[in-house]
Amino acid sequence: MSVAFVFIALIALAGAAGAVFLRQIVHCVLCLAVAFIGVSMLYLQLGAQFLGFAQILIYVGAVTILILFALLLTRNSGPNLSESPFSTGYGIGLFISGAVFAGIVWAVWQSSMLQQAAAEPEVSVQKIGERLMTEYVLPLEVIALLLTVAMIGAVTIAMKEAPEANSTDESANKPSSSS
Amino acid sequence: MASLSSYLILSALLFCLGLAAVLIRRNAILILAGVELMLNAANLNFIAFWRFGPHPESLDGLLFVLFSIAIAAAEAAVGLALVIAVYRHHRTADPEKIHELKG
Repeated sequence: MSVAFVFIALIALAGAAGAVFLRQIVHCVLCLAVAFIGVSMLYLQLGAQFLGFAQILIYVGAVTILILFALLLTRNSGPNLSESPFSTGYGIGLFISGAVFAGIVWAVWQSSMLQQAAAEPEVSVQKIGERLMTEYVLPLEVIALLLTVAMIGAVTIAMKEAPEANSTDESANKPSSSS
Repeated sequence: MASLSSYLILSALLFCLGLAAVLIRRNAILILAGVELMLNAANLNFIAFWRFGPHPESLDGLLFVLFSIAIAAAEAAVGLALVIAVYRHHRTADPEKIHELKG
């Protein structure tokens, strides 16, 4: 294990632990951004430069900001500061996640895997683009469709119903329902 | 470079922290954040197996993670929109207080 790996792993784990255990929700989301940056550094260390930068762009730049916006839109939504930010099944939840971790570590230690990395592959953006445009063109199109549908769906779900339109609807419905 | 199992154990730790966030937090937004953390751990596994696999030059793992990130982004957008819609209806995002459908 190299020093760089331990350092990056500590950053990612500290960010993730902060996101799970801090009391203030905004602090949790900012810690989540730190964890995402740590994961992107791991991608860079593993030789996936394109994905590392895509991770920073998408997760740190978009998803974290999206979560912060949702947080602003649902102010005072969670438990009060005097209440515990954790659910009543706190201990059970921690026990379950610890058990899952133990299971995964057991499986990793039991298996005999290739431990030596092959020679560093040449990963150029041009190669990724060629693969995307030839062999993976159908998944790419499906993903494009999925993102469009998800965007339209998210806007439709979160759209505020106009109060005037609502009241006219009610007034239009009332006579018909009373008669 | 660290060995494959150290990457796997690190991603297992990230996954379990995400799982803990889903199980113990009382804010629906942070539950979604926990789901994102778990997806990131899975992506890290993909990249580690791609890099330590016998054919890293095929780029399959990389492309898989690319698609997975796109799906995670769509999931985050729809999930947060749902949380906002639920908040507008119930004036709370605490899943323990939203139990009208409970039998």
